[in-house]
Amino acid sequence: MTLKGKAAIVGIGEIKPTRTPEGKTSLGIMAEAARLAMVDAGLRPQDIDGVLVGAPLVEAGSIWPSIVSEYLQLQPTYGNLVDLGGASACGMVWRAAAAIDAGFCHTVLCVTGEAADVEAFYTPRGGPPSTLPWREFETPYGPMGVNSGYALIAQRHMYEYGTTSRQLAKIAVDQRANACANPDALFYEQPLTLDDVLSSPLIVDPLHLLEIVLPCTGGAALVVTAADRARDGAHPPVILLGAGEALSHNIVAYAPSLTTSPIAMAAPKAFDMAGVTPRDIDLVSVYDCYTITVLVTLEDAGFCPKGRGGPFVEENDLTYRGNLPVNTHGGQLSFGQPGLAGGMSHVTEAVRQLQGRAGERQVPNCELAFVNGNGGIMSEEVSLVLGRSA
Amino acid sequence: MTTEYAKPLPRPTAVSQEFWAAARRHELRVQRCRACGRHIFYPRAFCPACLSEGLEWVTVSGRGRVYSFTVVRRAMHPGFRPDVPYVLAIVELEEGPRLTTNIVGCEPSDVRVDMPVEVVFDDVTPEVTLVKFRPSCLGREGEEAGHQEE
Repeated sequence: MTLKGKAAIVGIGEIKPTRTPEGKTSLGIMAEAARLAMVDAGLRPQDIDGVLVGAPLVEAGSIWPSIVSEYLQLQPTYGNLVDLGGASACGMVWRAAAAIDAGFCHTVLCVTGEAADVEAFYTPRGGPPSTLPWREFETPYGPMGVNSGYALIAQRHMYEYGTTSRQLAKIAVDQRANACANPDALFYEQPLTLDDVLSSPLIVDPLHLLEIVLPCTGGAALVVTAADRARDGAHPPVILLGAGEALSHNIVAYAPSLTTSPIAMAAPKAFDMAGVTPRDIDLVSVYDCYTITVLVTLEDAGFCPKGRGGPFVEENDLTYRGNLPVNTHGGQLSFGQPGLAGGMSHVTEAVRQLQGRAGERQVPNCELAFVNGNGGIMSEEVSLVLGRSA
Repeated sequence: MTTEYAKPLPRPTAVSQEFWAAARRHELRVQRCRACGRHIFYPRAFCPACLSEGLEWVTVSGRGRVYSFTVVRRAMHPGFRPDVPYVLAIVELEEGPRLTTNIVGCEPSDVRVDMPVEVVFDDVTPEVTLVKFRPSCLGREGEEAGHQEE
């Protein structure tokens, strides 16, 4: 089984994140991102015959593919909701390629968007009472959303491998340097030092405020099409070379391991399909809801040995000027996390870099990107290898 | 003094009610699979490892270790705001299963990963008892740790 070379990303659309919705709705943002992606690809609505949607987190609604198709007046022959949390966007890319390869459609629009602010995000949602295990066996003990889940991972990583807060902070600092070269980032022109991170308030030990992502408003969309149709676009197509997916727990207490995530299964599948190794990668664009997420991802994807993530991030320059550029758009920690569009920002940035249109933060000779989407509390992982067309 | 309990309470299901009923009796019980011998938590209708429906409830030691913990300094649910900072932890029982819980009966700064802990039952309402843990070296004075007020 392979999807290598079967499909390509030919268009991206992204709404600059804002701290508040500013009167916009989630559907409006999703539609605008979709419009930008179609325009970017040089396509019209009638060229789209597949729709994959990620549901906005703070919006009520169901059967999202029809909601999006109605607004855009699409009549796709393939539609689905992809419900993998932060891994949804990466999950959409290979699902689009698989549907195209199976002949159900030839051009798929992948859409995410969120109109929310930090308060809306952290306000418990209404709706019917949950009978799920997390509500019965975790909520009564006072978790702080997913924040405490990642804190539990970080604490255990420190215990097992001696990882330090200073090492974790380096990730936030390098990514902020990247954001300072991205005018679309929420924290553009706000440089950060290690001491800034370490002196920001502890929220859930050992995680400080500046190691935690800021929920905001924004959106992103992609157009994925069959490789043999991809040549006609306005920009060079970005080819899907490899994909891997792995899922596990929902509640972090039941994770098989706190410190080794399902990325250890997903990433090797993506690399094997692409026929490359981490050493070949020019750009790392990986989910970063917290600093610890990046550290565990670098280890599990094989960029460094297990447990060596701390020294590895200290010894390497993760900025766009560095030897291992990581999250050159700033990552969500500095770009902002507009719901599931935060996960898609890692894909859009990889596309920009591979197409050579990343502006001031362009990585020279960027040919191969590793992208990872992470959902839940390191629960759902989708790894992609994307490449510049030959 | 009676103050209304303002935090979310568990709502036992048909499958889990024995766990919560046992907790009210200050007994820690989990399921064990008669077919493969595994201890199972949270409660299920069958063994997720071997698919056997032959599960039995067994009383476990109540001893375990802190697998990981965090000090929550900003509560998400308003009911927990008076409690910050408090310790949210994963405890690994001697019998194997891990569960989400609170570490009580000591300062948050005294909690360590791998610290031995023992179960303590916190009768938060007349109907509901939560399963919490405290450092296992504590003497009797820590008995009512779950009800300590600052």
